[in-house]
Amino acid sequence: MSARIFGSAIRRREDPRLLTGTGTFTDDISLPGMVYAAMLRSPHAHARITRIDTTRAKSAPGVVAVFTGADTAGVLKPLPCAWLIPNSNLKVAEYPVIARDVVRYVGDVVAVVVAQSAYQAYDALEYIDVVYAPLAAVVNPQKAAAAGAPQVHDSAPGNQAFHWTVSGGDVDAAFKSAEVVVKDRIVQQRLIPTAMEPRAAVAQWTAATGELTLWNTTQNPHIVRFIGSIVTGVPEDQLRVIAPEVGGGFGSKIAQYPGEFIAVFAAMKLNRPVKWTETRSENFIATTHGRDHVQEVEMAGTRDGRITGVRAQVWAGMGAYLSAAAPGIPTILHGLMLCGPYQIPAVHEDVYGMYTNTTPVEAYRGAGRPEATYLLERLIDRFAHAIGKDPVEVRRANLIPPFTSGHTVATGLSYDSGNYAGALDKALAQVGYSALRQEQAALRKQGRYMGIGVSTYVEICGLGPSQVAGAVGFQGGLWESAIVRFHPSGKVNVFIGTKPHGQGEETTFAQIVASELGVDVNDVKVIHGDTDKTPMGWGTYGSRTTAVGGAALAMAVRKIKDKATALAAHLLEASVEDMDYADGKFFVKGAPAKVKTIQDIALMANVAWNMPAGMEAGLEASSFYDPPNFVYPFGAHVAVVEVEPSTGQIQLKRYVAVDDCGPQINPMIVEGQVHGGVVQGIGQALWEEAVYDDSGQLLTGSLMDYAIPRADVLPDIEVLSTVTPSPHHPLGVKGIGEAGTIASTCTVYNAVIDALRPLGVDALPMPMKPENVWHAVQAARKGA
Amino acid sequence: MYSPAFDYYRASSVADAQRLLAAHPGAKLIAGGHSLIPLLKLRLAAPSALIDIGRIRDLKQVKADEGGVRIGALTTHADIAASSLVRSTCRVLAEAAARIGDAAVRNRGTIGGSLAHADPGADLPTVLTALDARVVVEGAAGARTIAVDAFFQGLMTTALGASDLLTAVWVPALGSGRGAAYEKFAHPASRYAVIGAAAMVEARGGSCVRARVAVGGLVPKPTRLRSVESALEGKPLTADTVAKAVAGAAGDLGGDIIGDIFASADYRRAMVATYVQRAVAAAVERAG
Repeated sequence: MSARIFGSAIRRREDPRLLTGTGTFTDDISLPGMVYAAMLRSPHAHARITRIDTTRAKSAPGVVAVFTGADTAGVLKPLPCAWLIPNSNLKVAEYPVIARDVVRYVGDVVAVVVAQSAYQAYDALEYIDVVYAPLAAVVNPQKAAAAGAPQVHDSAPGNQAFHWTVSGGDVDAAFKSAEVVVKDRIVQQRLIPTAMEPRAAVAQWTAATGELTLWNTTQNPHIVRFIGSIVTGVPEDQLRVIAPEVGGGFGSKIAQYPGEFIAVFAAMKLNRPVKWTETRSENFIATTHGRDHVQEVEMAGTRDGRITGVRAQVWAGMGAYLSAAAPGIPTILHGLMLCGPYQIPAVHEDVYGMYTNTTPVEAYRGAGRPEATYLLERLIDRFAHAIGKDPVEVRRANLIPPFTSGHTVATGLSYDSGNYAGALDKALAQVGYSALRQEQAALRKQGRYMGIGVSTYVEICGLGPSQVAGAVGFQGGLWESAIVRFHPSGKVNVFIGTKPHGQGEETTFAQIVASELGVDVNDVKVIHGDTDKTPMGWGTYGSRTTAVGGAALAMAVRKIKDKATALAAHLLEASVEDMDYADGKFFVKGAPAKVKTIQDIALMANVAWNMPAGMEAGLEASSFYDPPNFVYPFGAHVAVVEVEPSTGQIQLKRYVAVDDCGPQINPMIVEGQVHGGVVQGIGQALWEEAVYDDSGQLLTGSLMDYAIPRADVLPDIEVLSTVTPSPHHPLGVKGIGEAGTIASTCTVYNAVIDALRPLGVDALPMPMKPENVWHAVQAARKGA
Repeated sequence: MYSPAFDYYRASSVADAQRLLAAHPGAKLIAGGHSLIPLLKLRLAAPSALIDIGRIRDLKQVKADEGGVRIGALTTHADIAASSLVRSTCRVLAEAAARIGDAAVRNRGTIGGSLAHADPGADLPTVLTALDARVVVEGAAGARTIAVDAFFQGLMTTALGASDLLTAVWVPALGSGRGAAYEKFAHPASRYAVIGAAAMVEARGGSCVRARVAVGGLVPKPTRLRSVESALEGKPLTADTVAKAVAGAAGDLGGDIIGDIFASADYRRAMVATYVQRAVAAAVERAG
């Protein structure tokens, strides 16, 4: 059992309840006497509030209360920014829970109605009279930096939230002496995470005891408790946060929002449970967005294909307020990855975080790393074309050679382990690269435009050493915790501080315990998401739950094993040094016939009839694991497309993903994560785009307008892997949740450009929707 | 997404629905609800009452009738797509129904609802225009049929009066010598037609004796391309004839072309001939 369960593609135990609709999500919580909150949101991107009259709404049918910023001011503290990037002249503008004088994006909360039913609450919103004096708005991060641009916050002159730089090597010299320089201007369009479950909160206040329970759809309930205690004033020990089933987050459920704390405020004020669930329309305008960069980038190199330098300027849209982790995304998680998997001796990047009159931006699957990989991979293809070489050859010439315990790059990061060429070779073999190039040439003769796109990537995840978190201004720790508890019958409960919300750790963490201790995987239950039950932890994001939380679990399990070995030695009247272990059985070396099973040990430890002197009763251990470094998964992806120049339609014909996340606990779950990640990245390349008009109205505010990928327009994804263990993780594993997204956008982009290059097209705006492609083809034909 | 309050009535028959309509001015009929419910939830529509005709069994039948097929107004897109009678008499209609929205939409949405709502991006109105279908309506003065060309009058506007109930659609059987096809450029999010092109071609001895070509999606209502039709009629059905005929497709649409953030009017204008050409060519092939 133990040898096979780690690495076994067993089915996810989460799925039966999710697939049959019996999971309990926040909106499924119903409490006696519960009332419903609805938010009145600003219809203007930027306006002064001159008057709010709630009189009519207060007397509307079913209305229990109406609150405005005047009610919450001084009671609810502003939402804090939790990633204070040092040395960046950071200006954190106040982020009020309810706007008082000025609204700064379409969706800013202006008032709240609490009513007997959600229908009555939404009806009453129409009776609140607000008089706005509209102000000029700015939506584009680069335009926000221009002189004379409308100012989002008085406290941030020029709309600049921060200016952060990263440098390594002598980049000016590299460009001065470069034989070849290629440049590009890249717009990383704004994306909308669109988790299947919208955000929701239920707050229950018990005045007699001062206890507050908050059910909240979140990726990190312990952070909600920590920040929630600061914002609401409810002491942490009295505040219980429960994240029940969470229907996806992709980063949008990391940050804390006005909604959950308004629910807390109303519950305390009214002494009744309050539920708030956003509508899908609200999810589009008021749940955080992702990406939104304008990048001006250049690469220096030699004529024979060596990259000598990369230089970039980035204007990163932050939205109207700094969401909790937002400043760290275009900086630490982006700029530090500017070398990618390549030996690039000199890099420099300036990142300008810009306030705009738009929905706040946060992490979105990949968070900063796709924006780095994309710019590098796009530049490398451009560079290869400029020197007349195959883009694969240029990549191969610049990849960092295989290493197993550390490689330091120009930005200062020390990658843990990698074999980048190995992944590239495997991807090329799978896709049949040279045969494809021949097929491409033959098709071109027939007037058909096939393209092959390749990218090699490395990413940083498993966030991360807490000491580093502190050094880069993250206002929390980044360790994880686990408690392993054996019951007398030998069944096991695992309590974890992270919060799986679709990634399958109820299954994979049980596999870790089963493989380390020889118990049946079905005898292990993983408990998460309730701050009153689980130990402190920092949550699920940055592909860290297995990379950090899994390590904590492995360490706790090993403590159990040490204690079990000592107890078994006592029961077998042997010394600990003479003990051996295999498949859940403890025995004296050379005498495997006489064993104590882990279940025997669990029973004895719990009844404690015969314990060694000095050994405590019980079989339980906890671990708080702070990783010594990040982990650095990597891989190589290849896409094959056919483009129809006459219409601009793109057909994605093949997609090959080779990813290396170290040893895989459950290959089926890895494959699922790669599928989801790849598809979200393809979505950015081909379909997804948050469009604002110049006045700051979101024009893609529904699933009728905002195109998320559908299964019927995607090919089968060919998922392969290589296995390079992390030298510092106790199980050698790395993260896999974001890898697909990080690699796939640029892979598809490069394939489309490769297809259209004979027509003179060498750049396209994303998403590469048919009209964009068609226009580019038309423009190239006119230019030729 | 919470709709404003409304009264709800369930009609037990066509006559009952008409009685309810007369008794509740400002009421809206609801069948599958796939167009109306989103409007209610977005608070873009606020009818005082909904009259649910969804359980009137008589309106769910598909049957052979007078050289064609009569499809009850409540027949869902999924049922049309799966109907062997529809497939054998006018296959293109089943094919178009199979490409509407997604499975949930096809399982709830109805042909009557699609026609009565008359969304410019809908597929069935365009196809039925090319097929020369007739719409069966029960009004205060009894039943009548309306030719499809007269039914669609503008953006989400039809010939239906306040007391009318759309009860069925009659579609002529294609029979031998006639072929029809539908080409769709679907919006990646809504799956509505950005451009929908439908063609019906009747051939005899290799020449075209009759053609009906319609487009939807890029115009306020399904629109016949008369110049394309007349350029086909009387000509040998060669690739060259088709190519020449469709060249004027955009010209037939004048200044009516709709643009949006996904596809501008200029782009759609440039694309329309391509999609019409594909539809006509496929129809010619089937007319064989």
